[in-house]
Amino acid sequence: MSSSAYTAMAARRRLPNAWDFVAAACVLGALMAIVPAVRGTFAPIAAAGVTSIHLKPALLPYYAVRTTLRMFAALAAAILFTFTYGTLAAKSRRAEMILVPLLDILQSVPILGFLSITVVFFVDLFPGRVLGLELAAIFAIFTSQAWNMTFSFYQSLTTVPADLDEAARSFRLSAWQRFWRLEVPFAMPGLVWNTMLSMSGAWFFVVASESITLGSHTWTLPGIGSFVALALTERNLRAIGWAIATMLVVILLYDQILFRPLVAWATKFRVETTAGAPVPEPWVLALLRRTRLLRLASRAVGVLLDAIGGLRLAPRRMPPPRPSTSSQFGDTIWLVAVALAVAGALWRIVVFVSAGLTFAAFGTALIDGCCSLLRVLAAVLISILIWLPIGVWMGLRPRLARIAQPVAQFLAAFPANLLFPLVVIVIVQYGLNPNIWLTPLMIIGTQWYVLFNVIAGAAAFPGDLREVAANLQVRGLLWWRRVILPGILPYLVTGAITAMGNAWNTTIVAEVASWGHTTLVARGLGAYIAEATNQGNTAHIVLGIAVMSGFVVILNRLFWRPLYDFARRRAT
Amino acid sequence: MDTPQAATPLLQVRSCSQSYRADTAGELLVLDQVNLAIEAGEIVGLLGRSGSGKSTLLRVVAGLLAPTRGEVRWRGTRLAGPADGIAMVFQSFALFPWLTVRENVELGLEAQGLPAEERDSRAEAAIDLIGLGGYDSAYPKELSGGMRQRVGLARALVVHPDLLLMDEPFSALDVLTAETLRTDLIDLWSERRLPVKSMLMVTHNIEEAVLMCDRILVFSANPGRIASELKVPFAHPRNRLDVAFRQMVDDIYALMTRRPPPTSRPYAAPAPAFGTALHPVSTNLLAGLMETLAQPPYDGRADLPALAAALQLEADELLPLGEALALLRFAEVEEGDIRLTDAGRRFAAADTDTRKAMFAAALKAHVPLAATIRQVLEERWNHRASAERFRDELEDHMSPEYVHETLHTVISWGRYAELYSYDEEADQFSLEEPD
Repeated sequence: MSSSAYTAMAARRRLPNAWDFVAAACVLGALMAIVPAVRGTFAPIAAAGVTSIHLKPALLPYYAVRTTLRMFAALAAAILFTFTYGTLAAKSRRAEMILVPLLDILQSVPILGFLSITVVFFVDLFPGRVLGLELAAIFAIFTSQAWNMTFSFYQSLTTVPADLDEAARSFRLSAWQRFWRLEVPFAMPGLVWNTMLSMSGAWFFVVASESITLGSHTWTLPGIGSFVALALTERNLRAIGWAIATMLVVILLYDQILFRPLVAWATKFRVETTAGAPVPEPWVLALLRRTRLLRLASRAVGVLLDAIGGLRLAPRRMPPPRPSTSSQFGDTIWLVAVALAVAGALWRIVVFVSAGLTFAAFGTALIDGCCSLLRVLAAVLISILIWLPIGVWMGLRPRLARIAQPVAQFLAAFPANLLFPLVVIVIVQYGLNPNIWLTPLMIIGTQWYVLFNVIAGAAAFPGDLREVAANLQVRGLLWWRRVILPGILPYLVTGAITAMGNAWNTTIVAEVASWGHTTLVARGLGAYIAEATNQGNTAHIVLGIAVMSGFVVILNRLFWRPLYDFARRRAT
Repeated sequence: MDTPQAATPLLQVRSCSQSYRADTAGELLVLDQVNLAIEAGEIVGLLGRSGSGKSTLLRVVAGLLAPTRGEVRWRGTRLAGPADGIAMVFQSFALFPWLTVRENVELGLEAQGLPAEERDSRAEAAIDLIGLGGYDSAYPKELSGGMRQRVGLARALVVHPDLLLMDEPFSALDVLTAETLRTDLIDLWSERRLPVKSMLMVTHNIEEAVLMCDRILVFSANPGRIASELKVPFAHPRNRLDVAFRQMVDDIYALMTRRPPPTSRPYAAPAPAFGTALHPVSTNLLAGLMETLAQPPYDGRADLPALAAALQLEADELLPLGEALALLRFAEVEEGDIRLTDAGRRFAAADTDTRKAMFAAALKAHVPLAATIRQVLEERWNHRASAERFRDELEDHMSPEYVHETLHTVISWGRYAELYSYDEEADQFSLEEPD
């Protein structure tokens, strides 16, 4: 259906209809839910009941709204960060030298390890107020969302098609107009996709960041995460069941209301020469487009955004880029400044490390890191072994793939840490070895990334190649080796990279799991960091995080990136 | 249009040069000392082979590129960046896929900060003028190529530019669509309904240039220069089948294939250098062309315009083929004619293995780059050599794009001749193992 058909259809309906009432109910309901939650945020700590979480199912909707609001506050911050950081990195050659590698490192730092440090910082910033705690939680979520969004935006900005760039320049759009008319729209599909991935990952962190223990202090924010934490200490299985159910509903809602429409809408920004296959219109988007009142409202928002984007905020006279005007002198100054800053940072690190750390501690962290590495690799490998055949089977059946793909994405968004208690109970019950049996915890969360990427790859596999393989009677192992595996390799590698990053983060919560007073510990870097956090040992926390980042960066550089490049070259 | 001309030209290009790597010693000229003036009321065509620098010149005029040397004067003042009164139409249309037809058309007006009502009425007028009425709310991807280029035209015309620049505006369209669009544009121009004073268009299609332009500037390549200037004396509408029209097309073919003085066109120079740029021409096409030429009605000799029409190739596609054959001494190209040499006739009659041997011999004798690669491989103990070293050497002689094309060509020709093989993964040349 073309967009002109929508307009024609909507124009016929002048009076409010049944859809309008449905929409009104939705909007009002959302408003009512948000207001009391916002009020709670600005209350003093004592009044907000910081430590008084109740395990009543009736309170769960309120907790769910608090949790969700945190998510979106962090998302707003992440988008703002993406626009500024990404733009700066793409526009300034000198900033690019620093910002891009920095982003690469930030991306591989385990966020959960930082939690304790940032909490102290933010609580000190707003003493006695819930706001500090809220900000700490929001910051944790932000750090789980921002990096890949920023990377995606930066990459889009550096690959704006040359002809569109020339058109924008020859019509002399100002920098501001150019940003909103060319750059942001061009980056939109990638940005929306990455935002969706970020949000999926973030549920995990929002749940983990609401109840923070540092040394003898425990900070608690009203939310589903705290609810589950309390249920764990009270061994209340029913409460955990309620929390899981609530979370399922929340994720389903946000998936249906926000992301399905957003993804469908973002397809219009794809730069393609032909009209692609029609994408089924999500019901919320249909609601927005077909309902008179909502359409007017969304159009008003659109016009407003349009007007902002059209403002001529910057001078229009842009000199053409002079070829090779790189000033050697400026570069030298810049590099010297950077070198000085790095030297200063190194000095700080040396002072810090020599004060609180020994070589032995470093060795322990390294060995623990190897233990975690084994666990992470096992988790990814097992996920691939299980889901690769199933994913290929589903992906090659278009109707099944259309259903399975969103389901897998949905499951990936579900915070796996809510399911941990179930596994822990089993381990305790049967007296299993936690060093081995805590690994499934990591698989719970990571497997879906493998699955939905494999489905996507198999669904995109060219039909004629399948027919050739069938025609030549290529079957069995040969078919896997020569036909499908090379064909979906880029997707499989993408899935494995995402799964692996997720697994590393999970180690911090998965290697130490408790059920009431029983605490299971597996040897590993995650447990190391978790333990250091419990003792309030900042030096060890930093060491643990640094070692883990090191593992991630080295694996990415030496293994995943070459493999991905290889897969891309071979499959295209 | 023979309107009386104003005292100062609309646009003046004064000894403009454009080069890559101006900062280093090995400067690579793309444009060399180009002079050009455009008066009000004329359509000027820049005609030349791809890579002759004509698109670069257009971008210099558009203010998208600053010339390395020389200056552009627009309405008497020095041009610094994109200016009022100059609008451009792109080969690839360059429409914003997320904006509707109307929003695309309004983009330039929005950049000028015009109020919404004025934008509306002017966009309306431009859309109607160019035959897009009813398509206002469509997105570019819903449109055919021809309609998309109409949007591109409307978007440029709506700002009422004095000078309309067009970069191969019809080359991405099929033959029929392109013809309709050309005629529509010329009709509007003749009826003086276009809100422009002059047009400057880049093309590699000789007939298109003769059909549309009042003046044609023929470019020579390496470095880009204006080789000759032709006035087109016919009135609009022009008839392609007219004898004088055909004669002019033939003359331009002859002009473009005329053997140039040895310094500027290295491909035909007596001893081609190591750093000669090669156009990626497939060996299948070369063999096919030689076979066609050897058979009747050509019997070894053909008139290029006629051959182009018979093979449904454009000048831009046929000329590189002829040049490649000339380089390998399988044919001679001169004054709009192509003639097979004895080697060419023998090649056309030979079987596959003999052809490969002949091709290998020709490569060794006439393509120094291929000969060097072979020689280096023979000298190495392991008969392997990284492609990187040849790439580095070539970069002293040409721009990175040309290096890429040249290396690609020499790889594919060498593979066909079985002179050497190439491993893409390792980026390495090697000698075929005899097994």
